[in-house]
Amino acid sequence: MNISDYKGVMVFAEQRRGTVQKIAYELLGVGRRIADTLEEPLLALLVGHGLPDSAAAELIAQGADTVVVVDDPALEVYMTEPYAKAMTAAIERYKPGIVFTGATTIGRDLAPRVSARVRTGLTADCTGLEIEDGTRNLLMTRPAFGGNIMATIVCPEHRPQMSTVRPGVMRRLERDDSRKGSVEKLAVKIEAKDKNVEILEVVVEKAAKKNIEEANVLISGGRGLGNLDNFNKLQGIADELGGLVSASRAVVDAGWVGQDRQVGQTGKTVRPDVYFACGISGMIQHVAGMEDSDFIVAINKNSAAPIFEYADVGIVADINKLVPALVEELKAAKAAR
Amino acid sequence: MNIVVCMKQVPDTTEVKIDPVTGTLIREGIPSIINPDDKGGLEAALALKDELGAKVTVLSMGPPQADLALREALAMGADEAVLLSDRAFGGADTWATSTTIAAALRKLGFDLIVCGRQAIDGDTAQVGPQIAEHLGLPHVSYVSELEATEGAVTVKRVFEDGYQRIKVKLPCLLTALKDMNKPRYMSVAGIFDAYKREIKVWGLADIEVDQDNIGLKGSPTRVKKSFTKGVKSAGKVYEVDAKEGARIIVEALKEKYVI
Repeated sequence: MNISDYKGVMVFAEQRRGTVQKIAYELLGVGRRIADTLEEPLLALLVGHGLPDSAAAELIAQGADTVVVVDDPALEVYMTEPYAKAMTAAIERYKPGIVFTGATTIGRDLAPRVSARVRTGLTADCTGLEIEDGTRNLLMTRPAFGGNIMATIVCPEHRPQMSTVRPGVMRRLERDDSRKGSVEKLAVKIEAKDKNVEILEVVVEKAAKKNIEEANVLISGGRGLGNLDNFNKLQGIADELGGLVSASRAVVDAGWVGQDRQVGQTGKTVRPDVYFACGISGMIQHVAGMEDSDFIVAINKNSAAPIFEYADVGIVADINKLVPALVEELKAAKAAR
Repeated sequence: MNIVVCMKQVPDTTEVKIDPVTGTLIREGIPSIINPDDKGGLEAALALKDELGAKVTVLSMGPPQADLALREALAMGADEAVLLSDRAFGGADTWATSTTIAAALRKLGFDLIVCGRQAIDGDTAQVGPQIAEHLGLPHVSYVSELEATEGAVTVKRVFEDGYQRIKVKLPCLLTALKDMNKPRYMSVAGIFDAYKREIKVWGLADIEVDQDNIGLKGSPTRVKKSFTKGVKSAGKVYEVDAKEGARIIVEALKEKYVI
């Protein structure tokens, strides 16, 4: 392998049912920064069937120099082998130095298969990506050991340097319709034998039921919310942040929500990236279940509430006034992007 | 049916704590367990054995003490156990690990290979699909339900926004989610029995594999450095009105790249 033959950054523009997913734009955001550092091009790989021209145009507006489109009827619904074949063909044709895929249930299925095929390294679920001065190698940083440590991984002698990137971490670029780019079609022959599994049924659910232990963002409510109606309003924050609503024991005992949402000693131990304690005083039994969260936001009208001792950001205010204000502020922040 | 379950012995990462003074991992006294997703895969295999009379072999790669995890699997009802253990296998990343395990699987023979989706100490979810690639097998990952039909398996494959029901012909590889079942307990007789049984230990000489493709040398990736996120500094508390409070929170979330 001649490493110097490999140039540019390729991102896998994941689409589902013809809609390019948010993660694709996040990959373009970090991909653009890396490509600019290297002074190399940024490619987006769009795999599917009958995708509208607007999909490629949007990828260009959000940072891609070239959109490589692989179109085949066999690629309409995600299936491992046909997609692996398409991605491998794109890597062989364009020889990118770096390939980013989202750490989604599709990306984490596809990328390992492809990395094994092209005999290169793959680093999972990266949250930090930088170019090392001098070597110009990609530094891939990821949490390991249950999030207890961070590791920086390199892939010095193989190309492309591949990583899956955790959704929601990288910032997308501001879209710019004046950005110029090209669209190229790559023909990949998908044969009958490549469809080596049979998809019997495809079911789309609005939101797959998730476990609070797996959520990246938790909005937890306590007795301070006063009543069920106010508790239910926390969902507005969860929707904006792609998180789940959880609760203190008092709220579960009051029957506002099921026990599967309870955080604490007698409930679940959680460790999300962001934990909101809304109207929760912070008794030790609750804290035991959430103190290892990465970033804790506490809102309580009692400035002496023990929860503030654990908070990264604490707001002394009436939670029921703050919830609508926060939803509005989050919407505004999104619109400004 | 010949089923091989690939398992990893892992430290129970939910028990891990960070030393608040030095900011380093406290590893002492952390119990070792069968990786939860792997245990779900093992239970699924044992359920097929109960139903259809399959032979279940458990395969693990790790240091000699990983035989404890294999004995637990035997006590749960597995028929045979193989431990891949050799200094030459050490320091392997997922590429080299999957290459080593694939070589052992070729020697063992199989109709169905079941791996856990991911291990809780590494969380990569890469080894299963990479084994399948090395063996040229179809795979389905994120499996939450499994049933066997004639010469094939039908599985439920979970996505963030729904699921697929997929039929795949044997031989194939599946990666299992821990939520797919509730693993059985070891039986008392099984525990006694498990300590009398032989666990085959295979080293480099026992499998056919190119030495350039295993261990640290065969690994395309290297750990350049590792670090803890450090000790948390005390947070800030603001006594402000709701609107200002909301603004402060949004700013903080932006800094954390949450939004």
